[in-house]
Amino acid sequence: MRLRTDWRASVALVGTVLKYLAVPLVIPVVVALIYGESVFPFVATIALTIAVGHGLERLELDPDMQIREAMLFVAISWLAVAAVGAVPYVLAGWGTESTLADPVNALFESMSGFTTTGATVLGEISLEQHSHAVMMWRQLTQWLGGMGIIVLMVAILPEVAVSGAQLIESEAPGPELQKLTPRIAETARILWLVYFVFTAVYIALLYGFHLAGMAPNMGLYNAIAHGFTTLPTGGFSPEADSVAAFSAIVQWTAVPFMIIAGTNFALFWHVFSGEGHRFVRNSEFRAYIAAIAGLTVLLAGMLYTGTAPALSGLGGITEGVLENSLRQSAFQIASLLTSTGYATSDFVEWTSTGKIVLLFAMLVGGSAGSTGGGVKVVRWLIVFKFLRRELFTASHPEVVRPIRLGGNVVDEDAIRGVLGFTFMYLFIFAVASLFLALDASRIGYTLTPLEAFSASLATIGNIGPGFGSVGPYGNYLAFPDSSKLLMVFLMWIGRLEIVPVLVLLTGGFWTR
Amino acid sequence: MYVIIVGAGEVGRSIAANLEDTHDVVVVDRDSDVTEELTYSLDVLTIRGDGTDLEVLREAGLEQAGLVIACTDNDETNAVVCGAAKATAEVFTIARVRRRTLLETWQGSQGAFGVDFMVCTDLLTAQTIFRISGLPSAHDVDTFAGGLVRMAEFDIPEDSPIVDRTVSEADCYDSLTFAAIFRDDEMIVTRGDTVIRACDRVVVIGSPDSMHDFADEVATTPDDTEEVVIVGASEIGFQAAREFEEHGFRPRLIEQDHERAREVAEALPNTMVMESDATNSEFLAREHVGEADVVVAALDSDEKNLLVSLLADRLGVDRTVAIIETPEYADLFETVGVDVAVNPREETAEEIIRFTRTDHTEKIAMLEHDRAEVIEIEVGPDSVLVGQDIVDAAAELPDGVVIGAISRGGEHITPRGSTAVQPGDHVVVFVDATVLDEVVELI
Repeated sequence: MRLRTDWRASVALVGTVLKYLAVPLVIPVVVALIYGESVFPFVATIALTIAVGHGLERLELDPDMQIREAMLFVAISWLAVAAVGAVPYVLAGWGTESTLADPVNALFESMSGFTTTGATVLGEISLEQHSHAVMMWRQLTQWLGGMGIIVLMVAILPEVAVSGAQLIESEAPGPELQKLTPRIAETARILWLVYFVFTAVYIALLYGFHLAGMAPNMGLYNAIAHGFTTLPTGGFSPEADSVAAFSAIVQWTAVPFMIIAGTNFALFWHVFSGEGHRFVRNSEFRAYIAAIAGLTVLLAGMLYTGTAPALSGLGGITEGVLENSLRQSAFQIASLLTSTGYATSDFVEWTSTGKIVLLFAMLVGGSAGSTGGGVKVVRWLIVFKFLRRELFTASHPEVVRPIRLGGNVVDEDAIRGVLGFTFMYLFIFAVASLFLALDASRIGYTLTPLEAFSASLATIGNIGPGFGSVGPYGNYLAFPDSSKLLMVFLMWIGRLEIVPVLVLLTGGFWTR
Repeated sequence: MYVIIVGAGEVGRSIAANLEDTHDVVVVDRDSDVTEELTYSLDVLTIRGDGTDLEVLREAGLEQAGLVIACTDNDETNAVVCGAAKATAEVFTIARVRRRTLLETWQGSQGAFGVDFMVCTDLLTAQTIFRISGLPSAHDVDTFAGGLVRMAEFDIPEDSPIVDRTVSEADCYDSLTFAAIFRDDEMIVTRGDTVIRACDRVVVIGSPDSMHDFADEVATTPDDTEEVVIVGASEIGFQAAREFEEHGFRPRLIEQDHERAREVAEALPNTMVMESDATNSEFLAREHVGEADVVVAALDSDEKNLLVSLLADRLGVDRTVAIIETPEYADLFETVGVDVAVNPREETAEEIIRFTRTDHTEKIAMLEHDRAEVIEIEVGPDSVLVGQDIVDAAAELPDGVVIGAISRGGEHITPRGSTAVQPGDHVVVFVDATVLDEVVELI
């Protein structure tokens, strides 16, 4: 059987990606030097990634990328980068009590980082047990993964830029690629620039609060660490209490930035280039804001009347306290809807009505072209319009009614793609929940239905926390290795929006 | 004036017939049979040749011509004729086109293709269909000065805030001028103390923004119960649907061809497009077409249009409008039961003829079946408007004239009493049709 896909070209390009992964790895080295910690795990990883990358590059000196090669390349890149990203965890954890010394756990944590999921298998989140450098690397993986490794590669490497549109299409969230400029490399640079600027502004704000005395424990380290995980809708925090560890003003500031992170970044570019009206007129953005606002108001009302009755510790009492109800509601909704995964309240302890609202928010997802995960608002919009049309044409069979989004007609092929994606997403989510429940009972660990569903949804949607043991202050440690590997897979396909990965599993991809 | 008409089709022929008495007319056509026949039937000079050939145009007397009308059946040919004529001689050029995109390109870049005035057959027909469909609360909207100035006629509902107020009280919009009021059969040219009453139809001229604000505040949106059904998504049918849409209606459009139905459905967000054979009576009954107020038949043949109109009439439709390409059928159609028959070529010819009458007018819009017109004129140095305030100039103009807006170098100026007009300005003027010629002469 002859392969029709030039896997050598894809793998060689993955080598280039790995080689360049050495550059961000310098940051934890610097952090380690500043705090006088061991640089060994990172230096060793740098050596490893350069060696492996260089070796792979030699497979094909002049890679020719077509559609299939691009998909293969994007899919393997993410897996390879996650694998390399896990190495420092294993090396640093070796011989200590860290749960990350186990390679499966390390891979889970690394994949969770790069895919901006934020699900963790750290037994104890503290800077006592883990070095500043390791914790910063954990944050940094999310920042790199947020706007996308491939987008970054296209932005800076001319040899990748040639087939850049194809590559970004496979990586970027949302149904279709939006080019901002004639050159794709320029578009990629713009996206990263916008991303970088927002991150910098956010870090400056947080640190500013610290300097102004409004956030005592938000030092420079924490400011950078949270800057690295807010804009990519990541959700990792070096604090065990997540954002609940900080003052109310920090929590309030995080809300708009999480919402920004879940917005289509191309829209910000339009604002900067003086076309602000496209922002307001964008129907996805409107629906996204409406969903956040609606759910926030609903949840705030519930919290005010006592959905989180017993919480006097984390998150504080909300019953009858308007500011706290609003803050907890806005924060949790923004965090889960955009797939960030921070928490300021242990919502595991809430009554089930509040949890259902959160579960609903988790299903929505961010906007196309954002760093958020999930199904994406635009897909839901199209699905709803499609269903409405189905109902209408049932009684008026002759009517020809194109589906419009903000005045533009959505192509029927694109609608089919959206329906296909949404169905695949829900199907995989359901099957994975079943597998997780069965696999857990195999080792005598019982999952509640809500736990199984939320663990599956939180990983495929790149959200992070779920309910029960996998709640915002829990972790995924209790799962057997087979379940963890399944969740690594879910995070991987969730970030790449399923198709570029699943297509690799079809025979037609390789041989026809 | 010396007029060259390129293309002796039905449009060119009827223009020639209309102008032969008052102007020196030369007709150019490629078909020798046609030119020969015309020589005898009309008092015009005919030249056989290709209008895009400069030699032919010269032979037709391009140097002494004041007006070139390109009205062949081919849009590109007409544009080329105008371009060539404009480049070689000092003439005013008129082109007839079918495609609306060409018209829009031309409107967006004044003077493109060397065309001074462009008539879009399909759009014109669509506008006519809309006008004669006779629906209440539909208002005329037209744009001038490249989109800078708009004119609209609004029905004032009883609950409108400006009812029983004087014009000066109602006029709180920066760049809006109240030009006139139509009350029943009466036309009132407004003054500051004119009182607006319910059911008046008010003509206003101003910037698109202020027009929008005004519309939001006082005007009615068309009644949802007004049902319009257009049969056939021919270019005219499509443009007619668009015309209805632009005036706030939600027409239904029936088209048999799958591809075309999809195409027009994409272009018309407020039209319900149905893919079906319009003569399928089961379908017509299921979709309650018989309850429509107006049915427009815009299929590709006169016979089909007749059939559809008669069918619609039988189903109980109030008013049927049919497109006919053969002018001889018009009377016949109307005799057997079609309420109105519209001939696109006739509409085009009429528009061009009307335009040649009002000389420097750049654009005209007719109101209330030509009781009054709103025209855009480029002000020449001899104009009565130049060199004095508008108040003084108005005294020299006959009654029934309102200066609605001025555009100078791409900017919109709202005329007030002390505004002075400069040569080269474009003025948008409301004129009573009875004094039209006099006013055009003075400005």
